[in-house]
Amino acid sequence: MKHIRNFCIIAHIDHGKSTLADRLLDHTGSVTDREKQDQLLDNMDLERERGITIKSHAIQMEYVYEGETYVLNLIDTPGHVDFSYEVSRSIAACEGALLVVDAAQSIQAQTISNLYLALENDLEIIPVLNKVDLPSANPEEVTDDIVDLLGCKPEEVIPASAKTGLGIADILKAIIERVPAPEGDPSAPLQALVFDSVYNPFRGVETYFRVMNGEIKKGQNIKFVATGKKYDADEIGTLKLKQQPKQKISTGDVGYLITGIKDAREVKVGDTITDAANPTTQAIAGFEDVKPMVFAGIYPVDTEDFEELRSSMEKLQLNDASLVFAPESSAALGFGFRCGFLGMLHMEIIQERLEREFDMTVITTVPNVSYLAYTTKEPETPLIVNNPSDLPEPSTLSHVEEPYIKATIITKADFVGNVMSLCIDKRGQITGQTYLTQDRVELTFDMPLAEIVFDFYDRLKTVSKGYASFDYSPIGMRTSKLVRVDILLNAQPVDALSALVHFDNAYDIGKKMCEKLKELIPRQQFDIPIQAAIGAKIISRETIKALRKDVTAKCYGGDISRKRKLLEKQKKGKKRMRQIGNVEIPQQAFMAVLKLND
Amino acid sequence: MSGIYLHIPFCKQACHYCDFHFSTRLKHLEPVLGAMHQELRDRSGEVQGEVATIYFGGGTPSLLKADQIGAFISAIRKQYTVKDNAEITLEANPDDLDESRIQAWKQVGINRLSLGIQSFEEEELRWMNRAHNQQQAHSALALMAQHFDNYSIDLIYGIPGSSPEQWEATLNTALGYNPPHISAYALTVEENTALEHMIQTGKSPDVSDTRAEDDFKILMQRLDEARYQHYEISNFARDGYYSKNNSSYWLGKPYLGIGPSAHSYDGRTRRWNVRNNIKYTRALDQGESYFETETLTDRDRYNEAVMTGLRTQWGVSYHRIREEIGPKYENYLKMQAESYIRKGWLFEDEERLFTARAAKFLADGIASDLFMLNLE
Repeated sequence: MKHIRNFCIIAHIDHGKSTLADRLLDHTGSVTDREKQDQLLDNMDLERERGITIKSHAIQMEYVYEGETYVLNLIDTPGHVDFSYEVSRSIAACEGALLVVDAAQSIQAQTISNLYLALENDLEIIPVLNKVDLPSANPEEVTDDIVDLLGCKPEEVIPASAKTGLGIADILKAIIERVPAPEGDPSAPLQALVFDSVYNPFRGVETYFRVMNGEIKKGQNIKFVATGKKYDADEIGTLKLKQQPKQKISTGDVGYLITGIKDAREVKVGDTITDAANPTTQAIAGFEDVKPMVFAGIYPVDTEDFEELRSSMEKLQLNDASLVFAPESSAALGFGFRCGFLGMLHMEIIQERLEREFDMTVITTVPNVSYLAYTTKEPETPLIVNNPSDLPEPSTLSHVEEPYIKATIITKADFVGNVMSLCIDKRGQITGQTYLTQDRVELTFDMPLAEIVFDFYDRLKTVSKGYASFDYSPIGMRTSKLVRVDILLNAQPVDALSALVHFDNAYDIGKKMCEKLKELIPRQQFDIPIQAAIGAKIISRETIKALRKDVTAKCYGGDISRKRKLLEKQKKGKKRMRQIGNVEIPQQAFMAVLKLND
Repeated sequence: MSGIYLHIPFCKQACHYCDFHFSTRLKHLEPVLGAMHQELRDRSGEVQGEVATIYFGGGTPSLLKADQIGAFISAIRKQYTVKDNAEITLEANPDDLDESRIQAWKQVGINRLSLGIQSFEEEELRWMNRAHNQQQAHSALALMAQHFDNYSIDLIYGIPGSSPEQWEATLNTALGYNPPHISAYALTVEENTALEHMIQTGKSPDVSDTRAEDDFKILMQRLDEARYQHYEISNFARDGYYSKNNSSYWLGKPYLGIGPSAHSYDGRTRRWNVRNNIKYTRALDQGESYFETETLTDRDRYNEAVMTGLRTQWGVSYHRIREEIGPKYENYLKMQAESYIRKGWLFEDEERLFTARAAKFLADGIASDLFMLNLE
């Protein structure tokens, strides 16, 4: 046990976490030249392209230091607020953390909230100043920032460049010398923490765990405490670049488990694995059932593809247990699913994976959060509203509660004013303002979660010229004055375009929605009125004027091919649109409400 | 029967709206013509049957000397079988016309002229950067009408800043000469033209669909009253004076395109020559490749038949689709057309599907809706 080190990397997006991980693997000889590629641990194409980690990963390295061989388990964590629960479980599986800070950009909100998580879990923090080779690097100042934040000594901060390999040996040395070896009782009943799981279409669900006490053996009958389900450990092993089956995994070590489970939902991140016959008396603290934060309808563009969409969603759920969905129907869109997501990024990822991996073209409707509605009839019983159309009629509605969050924003002093007015505009109430350093301010707000969903990140980026980072955590439900804004196209209500908004913003949002839809819906062969309404009251109106000319003047020998291709493209575009009544609506119009300020 | 199109890629000056391939560097004229003669020789084997039309387009073919034009016609007569009374058209600019040249053109075999008048309004001509003025427009037209029985004039409408009254005046002026054929084009902003740049930089107001439609209605109304056949979206003719060359494009007939950027079609395969005078000349000189080809699938041919057919008074022929492409395409067309027939935008008889007068200005959009994509 004393030769094991479990550590994770805490870093903001683009601060070089995945590159640093690649370099550590290189340096410890864990990858052969043939296996080398960038962002080794991010094995989804989507992860590589976006440069973010979506799933947690783990990899074991061996490193000889002063004549002794050490086992280093690196647990790579997702880098986005949508996946903060997974991050917390990965952190709970470690004794140490590399805090990677970009020498040009300094500390960001996401880093800080994960750092606090690590500190709460008593992790040894090794600060790494990355990208010191960049011309824009500002190592002295950023080192001061880190020292201020951690209360460490400046010489404890390791200057590094994951790109050039500078500092890698120092980091490995620090991991071995400064991160404590795991503790635990090898003779106690098995107690292992599930920190992630991945779905393998051939082998079923692979569960990643860290043994806290006892040991797990191949063939052992084991039990998941939270689900109460029992399985045989068909295969266990350690996670090198490829899996290495083992007979047992002992206290303090990290490994994978295959039991033939076919459904990712049976393996819950944060759950405890124990021996079925001789179970531990204590589940590992911190387990939560992950709850979706954002809801949206997903519909096939072509109504005939509903069953195919269902089977695609089911397959997706096998490997992403945090996706929840239930069938629903919309007057405008027919049959589809109301889906729950961890956040907006998660929603985008699901939509993109449906297109890429399942070739499904889908319409995603206006996302919303989960509200509680109370009727005058039964003022004690809350009604869960995950879809604007579920909101009871204004006449029977007593009041509505909406989820609030604590938002933490770190920005430069210059942008404090801009960030504040944005947050106040988004119904935020400021609760704190702390100068982390002379130039870096942490602002905290209580804000409705719904306001984050609607066009918040982009505007934050704009008002802060990119120098703001953002993190949030839920703080419960609060009463709000909400109304449903409906949209009518050609006098027909389109339920999929309805949005729940605060009464004070309803007129403004209704007007902007009409304008945005006018921009996004192509002109057609007739006039199309667009109206926004609250109940029976029309609050805004625009008209898409009919197309007057849709023919080219010239069509001679040289024009025919080009023109045919153009008209084919036009028809293809139309096929990706959804016909509601006699109006063709492009996919992105359903998300118009998210882009009202573009 | 086939047509031969010769693209003369040179102009004295660039009209602001034009995106045809041309160059104002006339020093390359001789080599290009030489290469075109080479291409004519090389491709004589491609034409089955008689050549029914020869068409000099451009660019500005009227800047050629009469003997240069004559050399092409004799070469074609020598290397191809040309039908008696073949239609031989020359596109001409008003500023190139005079008595002696007209005589010379007739002499070498030109029997149809297409005159690029575009407008009789001085301001509009200047705005378009045409090489001629109002007075030349008149004199050229008068001269042409005197010498040619079969000719056409080009007009442009929907010009930003001009009024429907100005358009009507231009039309009336044109009708005063009683031309047998009129081509009238809605001004279109093409990519990478001076016009596009002028609009993007705010130096010119943008063209307007509403204005274009208003002018189109005036055009249909006036020419209908004057007893012209509206035989294609932008083409009007008296009986017997249809452009045979251009009609072949819309009827899916084969044509041979000679010269830089020219397109050819043999009923199955379309090819287009490189859109660059120097590359074209060099390639023909050195026996290298200078064109690309594309073989049309049945679906492509169906889509093209619909697209071109709906533009013409002959409509889309069910018979032709059934016989030349296949019965399933005919069924598909009838199915897709149904809603438009109900709306009154398309109509049909036993053998053909037509665009209704009121829907003509939407013909491309309708055609696109009737297209077949590979997903179906």
